[in-house]
Amino acid sequence: MTTTTKPAAPVTAVAPNRRPGPARLALRQGRLEIRQFLRSRESVVFTLGFPIIMVLIFASIFDDDLGSGVSYTQYFITGMIATGLMTVSFQNLGIWIPIERDRGVLKRYRGTPMPKWVWFAGKVLMVLVIGVVMTALLLAVSVALFDLRLPSTTAAWLTFGWVSALGITACTLCGIAISSLARTARSGSAVVTPIALVLQFISGVFFVFTNLPTWMQQVAAIFPLKWMCQGLRAVFLPESFGAQEPGGSFELTRVALVLGAWCVIGLVLCLTTFRWTSRRDG
Amino acid sequence: MSDDVAIRVRGLRKAYGDNVAVADLDLDVHRGEVFALLGPNGAGKTTTVEILEGYRHRDAGEVQVLGIDPGAAARGSAARTVGNAGRDWRSRVGIVLQGTGEFDELTVAEVVHHFAGFYPDADDPDKVIARVGLAGKARARTHTLSGGQKRRLDVALGIIGRPELLFLDEPTTGFDPEARREFWELIRDLAAAGTTIVLTTHYLDEAEALADRVGVIAAGRLVEVAPPNRLGNRQEALATVSWRTPEGKLESERSATPTALVTELAARFAGEVPGLTVTRPTLEDIYLQMIGHR
Repeated sequence: MTTTTKPAAPVTAVAPNRRPGPARLALRQGRLEIRQFLRSRESVVFTLGFPIIMVLIFASIFDDDLGSGVSYTQYFITGMIATGLMTVSFQNLGIWIPIERDRGVLKRYRGTPMPKWVWFAGKVLMVLVIGVVMTALLLAVSVALFDLRLPSTTAAWLTFGWVSALGITACTLCGIAISSLARTARSGSAVVTPIALVLQFISGVFFVFTNLPTWMQQVAAIFPLKWMCQGLRAVFLPESFGAQEPGGSFELTRVALVLGAWCVIGLVLCLTTFRWTSRRDG
Repeated sequence: MSDDVAIRVRGLRKAYGDNVAVADLDLDVHRGEVFALLGPNGAGKTTTVEILEGYRHRDAGEVQVLGIDPGAAARGSAARTVGNAGRDWRSRVGIVLQGTGEFDELTVAEVVHHFAGFYPDADDPDKVIARVGLAGKARARTHTLSGGQKRRLDVALGIIGRPELLFLDEPTTGFDPEARREFWELIRDLAAAGTTIVLTTHYLDEAEALADRVGVIAAGRLVEVAPPNRLGNRQEALATVSWRTPEGKLESERSATPTALVTELAARFAGEVPGLTVTRPTLEDIYLQMIGHR
């Protein structure tokens, strides 16, 4: 450790501050969250395992051709990557934060001098790391077993990067926001799981989006998952397939706008509704 | 505010709907003392302490804890300057809540080391773990700990930042007698090192064993504040002298001078007084009287 000499330091400014700096605090918090996640069997099975199991099942059952040289498997895998990103962020946080709040873990953190944002940073780091790991696993499984073609251009990889980053940010913020709806530890799952499941059905994960009724497509278009799926199709499916999308192209600008809007909505909800203690705690 | 005052409360009031939890409560806690807030369940102990800890907002009254209004510290996010002041304040206050959250998947050492990182002048985590008697459990996952051991971990997290003031909310509820004794030793140890301690309890013997002063709280009001041996003017209470008459009838008399009475009785019976007892009200009698049970 180095000490900086302040020439005119007033005598009253004493005690060397041994508290880690902000970046280190956030990293420590992230490491702790990741460790807790990986040691919790439920988290690992439900969050990490779910998308991979779904890919193994669905991609093995269906093998239709969707035109433009795109197989159902490829289409489904892009949807599962989007679902996976939503699972590690929205569902993971929406289920676990109420449990931690109910147990009083959050209250305990509030009783320490930890800056509030550090706790959020820890959650975000956890989501990012688990999200990257899960996406890598999904890609590995899909490439090895189902002939998924990885993007070949830098532009496609960049699109993959920003769609994933925006999508996971929006879902993380919404997951933190929705965690305040759950009244007890157990109800987090009851709040979040139906939302996630319905979104998966109407957003073009299990079914080809354009085969869905128009009203369902319109409902799905309000929420982020549809746009995450569409953005990822732009990455993994041939450009020509874009003509089959509802807007006649992959509409990447609109993907960015909608996901960006959800980031803002999620952030505002987090800032206005987040609670550190459970309801019965006042 | 003078320097030897750790906590100063005037006219504190808090209601939940129609239910008044704390009504016009005044309280002073001096630096270095062990203060017990004693009262039955639902008397307002936890509400009071959680307001002092900055967890709850009050409806009215003035509160200063280590010179800071905990309400302002709690609203830390509102303004950055207040936020920093709030954090500094938080690092001087240790909190052991009632039934706090566990980190099931982590070990004792991991949790204590992690929390040490939040404080500017944290104690050595391994020393703190040993001090609360968990050295043998340092590498155990916290969900494998017994209730008493979890409470020790709570205390470890409460003292890791070397607080000037430590709050303990019903710290020994659910302990077996031996665990309680050990816990008391730990508290005495902390008090001896100069930590101001505010504990809530509904155990009379705990207040008597640990506290320099006891505040009895009933129905949201502080009914009395005194050292345990002076509570309810116990030392001045009349003694009750009882004996049996030669016919076997029980007689008793309340007296400020029981020794004189006993001497007189001894003379009357010319020796042993049959069935002689001399009693003073126990702390429990006085306490029950104060909180409205007779």
